[in-house]
Amino acid sequence: MTTETDATETQDAHGATGGTPAGSRRRAANRGAAEGTHDGGRAPLRLTRGKVVGAAVGIAGVVLLILLPLLNLSLPGVLPGPTYTPGSLQLLAMCMLMAAAALTYHLLLGVAGLLSFGHALYFGAGVYGLAIILQNLDIPLLPAMGLTLLVVIVLAHVVGSISLKVSGIPFAMVTLAFAQAGSVVVGRNPEGITGGDEGLTLRTNNLPDFLVGVANTRNLYWLALAVLVAVFVIVTWVQSSRAGHVAAAVRENELRVRVLGLQPYLVKLLIFVVSAVLVCIIGMVFLLLQSGAVPRAVSADLTITLLVMVVLGGVGSRWGAVIGGVFYTILDQRLTTLANSDAIDALPEILRIPLSEPLFILGTLFILVVLFLPGGLTGAAQRLARRRTRRGGDRVQKSREILEEAA
Amino acid sequence: MSTLVLLLFTGLGLGALYFLVAAGLSLIYGLMGVLNFAHGAFLTLGAFTGWEIARRTGGDNWWTFLLSLLVGAVAGALFAAFTEFVLIRRLYQRHIEQVLVTVGLSLAAVALFDGIWGTDPVFIQGPAWFKETTDILGARIPNDRFICIIAAVLVLLALVFFLKNTRYGMIIRAGVENRSMVTALGIDVRKAFTLVFTIGGAAAGLGGVLASHYFGYVSPLLGGSLLIFAFIVTVIGGLGSLTGAAVAAVAVAVLQQFANFYLGGTGDFVVVLALALVLLFRPSGLLGRTS
Amino acid sequence: MTAAEEERSIAPAPILRIDGLTAHIAGQQVVEDVSFTVPATGITALLGRNGVGKTSTIKAIIGLIDRTGTVELDGVRVDREPTYKIIRSGVGYVPEDREVFSKLTVAENLRLAERDAAPRRQLVEELFPDLLARSGQMAGTLSGGQQQMVSLARALLNTNKILLVDEPTKGLAPKIVAEVAETLAEAAKTVPILLVEQNLQVVRQLAEGAVVLSGGRVVHTGNALDFLNDDGLTQRLLGVSTEAAHTEAAHTEAAHTASAQTPAPAEKGAAL
Repeated sequence: MTTETDATETQDAHGATGGTPAGSRRRAANRGAAEGTHDGGRAPLRLTRGKVVGAAVGIAGVVLLILLPLLNLSLPGVLPGPTYTPGSLQLLAMCMLMAAAALTYHLLLGVAGLLSFGHALYFGAGVYGLAIILQNLDIPLLPAMGLTLLVVIVLAHVVGSISLKVSGIPFAMVTLAFAQAGSVVVGRNPEGITGGDEGLTLRTNNLPDFLVGVANTRNLYWLALAVLVAVFVIVTWVQSSRAGHVAAAVRENELRVRVLGLQPYLVKLLIFVVSAVLVCIIGMVFLLLQSGAVPRAVSADLTITLLVMVVLGGVGSRWGAVIGGVFYTILDQRLTTLANSDAIDALPEILRIPLSEPLFILGTLFILVVLFLPGGLTGAAQRLARRRTRRGGDRVQKSREILEEAA
Repeated sequence: MSTLVLLLFTGLGLGALYFLVAAGLSLIYGLMGVLNFAHGAFLTLGAFTGWEIARRTGGDNWWTFLLSLLVGAVAGALFAAFTEFVLIRRLYQRHIEQVLVTVGLSLAAVALFDGIWGTDPVFIQGPAWFKETTDILGARIPNDRFICIIAAVLVLLALVFFLKNTRYGMIIRAGVENRSMVTALGIDVRKAFTLVFTIGGAAAGLGGVLASHYFGYVSPLLGGSLLIFAFIVTVIGGLGSLTGAAVAAVAVAVLQQFANFYLGGTGDFVVVLALALVLLFRPSGLLGRTS
Repeated sequence: MTAAEEERSIAPAPILRIDGLTAHIAGQQVVEDVSFTVPATGITALLGRNGVGKTSTIKAIIGLIDRTGTVELDGVRVDREPTYKIIRSGVGYVPEDREVFSKLTVAENLRLAERDAAPRRQLVEELFPDLLARSGQMAGTLSGGQQQMVSLARALLNTNKILLVDEPTKGLAPKIVAEVAETLAEAAKTVPILLVEQNLQVVRQLAEGAVVLSGGRVVHTGNALDFLNDDGLTQRLLGVSTEAAHTEAAHTEAAHTASAQTPAPAEKGAAL
């Protein structure tokens, strides 16, 4: 609140002197910030038809997803079986968790313009933290989760406050280095607590019964759905909050925000920590769903996977992150099945080798999207829609700008 | 004393490998602003092609080894030049998208190596002399360490000579300092881009062959694991500084070896800690541009 | 003198024609629909208060910043070309703040700039004997004036159709300012120059034509002396009285609106 008053005051001060080029430039800066706060105040009230339709579709979608375990629907080629079977529910739950994780990455990259290569550290801290606590302490699930969160909040503050000393590409490298340290701990298996390469199997003694066993997969499915919806709501809220607007302003022009007396560093740190906490919670649910912790959960590969999801879906778009997360997870699963199929096995070596490597196909697809489909899937969809209604597309432009600003 | 000497030489050997990766990374970043995640793939390709040469020509004589170094370097250079020419160039001035493309390339390349050579490490044989040791101040140093150190020093000298004494070297040095002014003098700086990628790829490919002898095996993950330390080295040394990369490579590797031995296998953390300290007190790196 | 100038001003083919030039930096418009021409001889001054987009205009001409609009050099459109090709088609660029490569030696700075088959080394050596003596020194260790000589020498080494010179006297001692002005006058005998210059004394001494920018737009074009002699006009467009032209009054906050209503800020500005 105080910052807002400051901004208005500076604006008034310049209004009085006015006319000089420097003054007018600063006034332009103030105008930008004023518009930002303006948006913040008005956003909840500004219900366009598009937003109403979007919300309605969203709610209908959530209701459908809630009912899915009770229905007998088949999606051959996408799901391994009818929707009520544990196998399908497991895959769908995984899609939703990955979509939620991609949303937390969107918070970093799309909102704050932070290209982090260390996000897996917090996901992995959730997975391994909870697994280790349940393994070694005799406490119920919720306190164990609370304890894990506490650890991650401290960790995110320490790593965030150091890494944010630099920005752009150096920030990417530094976050990667910290995450790598985490990955190394897990691999080294100190005192046997992480299980090394083998990972840890979830100890279920202190878990509530309804979360244990294949028969209860649908409960975990609903939990994953709840996490996705909660993360979506929180990310939307953060994005439209004051901090979100300041973060966006910082992304566009850090100096401008500093001139206004705001603290870009603290806002970035806040977003960094919120994003870490959310992805840690997702990691904990991931542990319950997978009933085990594997080293991949804390590897740089996982961060890169999240990055790929966000870019595939379209940088700067919440729905893009969700779509990218679901699309990637299903494609990865399908390609793995394909890789082991007889059809591929019968191919000559030059085709068989690349096609039997899901990551080769996904990596190539990713390159093609970056090169030819700026704005990702949502950007492409919007462009198609716009072409029909003959309006210019701005999604693509926005994605490109966000990426440039992260540099 | 002999332990100290052994650790020092092992550290120097590892530092030599870090330098071979970091040199290219640092030059590429300094000139083009691109963080090249595919650099590890250049190294791995160099290591595998070097291994193929050794396997096909009977791996235990010096000529084979020298040939494998050459072929590994050429393979790394070609892969890198291809990367710059086909992928990076299309995204001129779009730094983050360039990074994303190299991320995708490293994913695809490592998966392809998995498919071709399998996920398990393949073991490599060099000249018999590599397996022997040399006595220095009572320490028995494995000979392959010396090869790594000599090769890295030669590469460093060659790079310094190239940068100081050729027109393209001059363009690269000027471009690291102020790229837009180089173009404003009428120079097509993109040629220098392809060149630094090629040079960086060659150094990485050479490093790959040496790394396979240092560790005794090749695996598709070889490049990725060295790449992360090379990133740390470039940040500590100062992005864009070749001498910084050399100094930091040695410092990081020696520190890592000593911490691993004396502080109970904590080498990797000590290195990350060193990175944190450098960032806190000198964010532009040891020899980086102070801006 | 004036007769000769009039002859030039009606001489048809300009060396540089800018039409509808618009440029953005970080999403902010810094040059707005700028159009003007530079005649094929003499020095044309590009004037305006600090921050009106003079440097951005120069950078936009050679494509160092993203821009739209037409740039025609000697009758040929060059705005679709990359920067290095525009330069090679005959543009010498002397940037604001010199931008010498500080970690390269003087000799290397000059060698890097040579693009003709037969660069005019001898001319440069005659103009700047000081640089010859310091050819092995790192350019970053030179004084500001010496760095400006390096920057000018880089442009003069080649045969150009036009020189774009951005604030060559900025931050230099009076004696060096005179030297730079002399060099530019000498160069202008063989090549037309578009000159950005805050020091109106130097403009008065060198420039024939003047293009005045305000808020990213062209607000005045014409003869330089006529413009500088029109006290009301300079006061309004540059915010300075030409009586005090050589002081740095252009940097003050003396806005035309403010000066019209309340004279106090203008006085304060002049005192600064």
